[in-house]
This record gives sequence, structure tokens and C-alpha cells, in this order.
Amino acid sequence: MTDTTTGPKPARSTDIPKVSGDDGGTGHLEELRVDPIGLMQRVRDECGDVGELRLADSDVVLLSGADANEVFFRASDDELDQAAAYPFMTPVFGEGVVFDATPEERRRALHNQSLRDKFMRGHAATITAEIDRMLAEWDDEGEIDLLDWTAELFIYTSTACLIGPKFREELDASVADLFHDLERGTDAIAFVDPYADIESFRRRDAARVALVERVEAIMAKRRAEGPPADGADRDLVDVLMSIKDPDGGEHFSSDVITGMFISMMFAGHHTTSTTASWFIIEMLRNPDVLATVTAEMDALADAGGGEITYQDLREVPWLEASIKETLRLHPPLILLLRLALGPVEVEGFTIPAGKLVGASPAVSNRLPEAFDDPDRFDPSRYVDPRQDDLDNPWNWIPFGAGRHRCVGAAFAMMQLKTIFCILLRDWELTAAQPPETYRNDHSKMVVQLAQPCRVRYRRRERG
Amino acid sequence: MTGYRVAVDLDLCQGHGVCENEAPEVFEVGADRKVVLLVERPGDEHRTAVEMAVRYCPTHALRLIED
Repeated sequence: MTDTTTGPKPARSTDIPKVSGDDGGTGHLEELRVDPIGLMQRVRDECGDVGELRLADSDVVLLSGADANEVFFRASDDELDQAAAYPFMTPVFGEGVVFDATPEERRRALHNQSLRDKFMRGHAATITAEIDRMLAEWDDEGEIDLLDWTAELFIYTSTACLIGPKFREELDASVADLFHDLERGTDAIAFVDPYADIESFRRRDAARVALVERVEAIMAKRRAEGPPADGADRDLVDVLMSIKDPDGGEHFSSDVITGMFISMMFAGHHTTSTTASWFIIEMLRNPDVLATVTAEMDALADAGGGEITYQDLREVPWLEASIKETLRLHPPLILLLRLALGPVEVEGFTIPAGKLVGASPAVSNRLPEAFDDPDRFDPSRYVDPRQDDLDNPWNWIPFGAGRHRCVGAAFAMMQLKTIFCILLRDWELTAAQPPETYRNDHSKMVVQLAQPCRVRYRRRERG
Repeated sequence: MTGYRVAVDLDLCQGHGVCENEAPEVFEVGADRKVVLLVERPGDEHRTAVEMAVRYCPTHALRLIED
């Protein structure tokens, strides 16, 4: 290697091309914190399917295109591991939770029973009740901030579905604020030091402490009340508290239970909330599509007499296609990472053990060789007979792909469809700022909508 | 003679159990959370249910092969 600024590295050099712009200090870290998509697109433009960038002491081999992505997504945990690839998540989850565990422990932890299909019908009803509650607070017209409103909504839906309605009733908007501080605590500086003394990390740690206190208070109340007489009233808190050590004490501390809940909810929260927000923005930017989707909702309402059934959610092709197209253009995760545990061959290059390997939904979802006019919002890509998502399994990757494909994808789609069936049927939305001014904040690894992101609503008159 | 069989890519199966709900006589999702094919050639009486299972599998792990 001719680059003398990269610090200690494996002795053997590889000929993986390096992207321009290494600043000689922390490499591309500062650029990643400002314009990550520009950086990753430049890797593809300059290096092709396989290129390298540097985050302080970590080299990241960034893959793109169908062939390289297929290697990435088909790799087993023994070849490409998620464990050490996300250093910014450990302080959020807490030590010993999920990404700190072995692959086998992780598999068990992630086998969340509540994501199975047989629970989805019940979840659809739960989500309907939650969106109805949020909308009941609206006047006939008004204004919302998309980030704040969707963040609060999806705290309620995800806790009600994954932990239980009883737990959800203990929560309010302040929990969404704490969760937001966790999400903002994912500065890429974590690649240098996940515990660096910076404002966003201090707020992250304070938010986690506050969440543990909330959970501890709920547990204290449950102890005072005793276990519920009717088993059907049990939520996940009751279940976890009922697991005892041999000496009769509770096996899980409030700290560990909070960590479990954060890890269960984290992957589904900012992702769904960002997607819901961008869906609304794309509807405002594409009134013709909005008219088509709204007509679909009206037809559903006329046929079903107001109630949204699970089967209804399968028969809304334009709504579903518009959500998919939102996910393609605005994937909530823009960079997926793994750690190479052994040498990995990709298109004639050998990635040595110890390097981070990345795939970028933000880049691959817009490859012109896979998608016609790739920057255009065009839901007809997924309307029968077209199926651009299924035709490009390694480039249409908002949920990842292969072995580690998002286990919550079906839940997320069901949740978004339920919410928009109700929202678009009963409410008319308009932009409260020039539509081109909605944008993402890329300063953290968890991408979120930049504020202001305001939208006006008005109750619809239906005939 | 026309017929069809079902192919499963176990690398992709995550055990969501959509197929089991659509066609319980053809698919079972067990404790290890991978689908088990109960009959490889389910027959015409299950065809509609199998097609639904293939269509709605969240990880696209199922294929219906005509032969």
C-alpha cells in the first residue's frame, strides 16, 4: 500500500481501488457525516462494483451492483458478520444486548414470535386503533411536523404490537423524544470512539438512563399489583418478570429488559417513521399518483363500509407500489455493514479478514442499469405486469436481501398500508413549505427527516 | 399429464408462516422456524392456496414449478 496515512493494516496489499478524497486524518469520516450518499456514489463512479473508503482505522470495502451485492447478501455469518460492524449501536442497546451477543444468541433473540404471520391480523387491528387515537386529536384542519408526528405514532404501534397494549398505555410523547435522542446518538464518530465526549452521545446516554427509569417504574407497579390473574392480560414485561433465578429473584434487570425493548423497536422505528414521512412528501410532489391512490382508498371504503381488513391490505396495488417506490428512492438505511471474518472473493478481488464490507441501498436502488429513469418517482414499476422489485433482487434492496433480509419487512408494509388507508381516506394533506425543501438530515448514521418538515391537513368531504 | 411441484429456498426462509396460513395441508413452519414441505406434489385441489402462499411469502422463498 502506498498510502502512508492509514495506520496499521494487514501486511499484504490488495488491489481494491480506493476512492478519492481521503483527508489524511480520519479518511472519509468527515465526508460521511456530511454527504454520505455523494461519497458512496463516488465510490461506484470512480471504482466500479468494488471500491474502498476509510473511516479512521477501519477500511470499508463498498460493494454495489447485482453481482457484488449478491455475494454480500448470500454470505453466511461466518464470512461476513454483523456483530462488530455497527459500533454506534452498542451504547444504544446496552452491553450484552443483541449486537454484542454471538450469532446464535442473536438468532434466538431476533426470532421474535410476534412478527409471525398468524399475528398480523391482530396487529392490523391494533394499528388501526392507534392511528384512530392519533387522528382523534386533530381538529378539522391544522398542521403537523412529519418527524414528530410519525415518531410518536410508531412508538405506540410498535410497543402495542411487539410488547403489548398494557405497556403501550404507560407511554406518552415524551418516550418518543427519548427514543429520538437514542436515534440521534449514532454519529459516525462512533467508528473512532462510541463513547466520545460529544453532545449527541451525552444525550443518547441520558435518554437510555431515563428509559431504564421508566421501565423500572412500570416493573415496580407490576410487582405491587402482583401477576395478572388472567393470562390473556400479560404483556412481554409480565412474561420477562416471571422468569426467575434459582434463588427466586427476577432473572432480568430493568436495564436488560430496557435494552431488549430498545433493540426490538429500534430497527422498526426510525425506518418506518422516515418511510411514512417520505411517502407523504412524494404524494405531495406527485399529485397524479396521490389521486390514483386516493381513488383506491375510496373504492375500498365504499366496498368495506369503513373497516380495513387484512385481506383489504393485499388488494391496494397503487398504495403498495407507492410505498415501494418511496422505499427505493428514500431507503431509511443507506449503508449496510458487515465485518469480513475471512478472505472474501468478490469479482476477482480478495477482501481480507478485518475489513468492513458495505452495501448501499441508496446507491443500488438508483442504478440506471437496473431501473429506467432511476431518479423518477414512478410507482407503475410495481404495478402488474411490471415487478421491478422482484426482477432486481440484488439491486432493489431497501430491506436488504438474502439471509439477513429485514425480518420486519412484512410487518412494516402492513403497518404503512393500514395507516395510509385510513389517513388518505379521511384527510387531505398539503405541503406547508415548498415541496422541494423537504430533505433528510445525514449527519447521523440513523438518517432522519430534517426539520422543518411541516404538512397541513384538512378533513375530507366524501360523498 | 400436467402437474406442479413446490421448491423452497431455505437460505431465504425466515419462518414467517404465511404459507402455513394459506395452505396448512402443504406447508408447516416448525419450532426451528424453517418451512417444511408436507407434500412435494400437492395436487390441483391445493393449487390456489399454494399460489397464494408463493405470492405472499415475505422473503420470496417459494417457487411453483410446472412440470
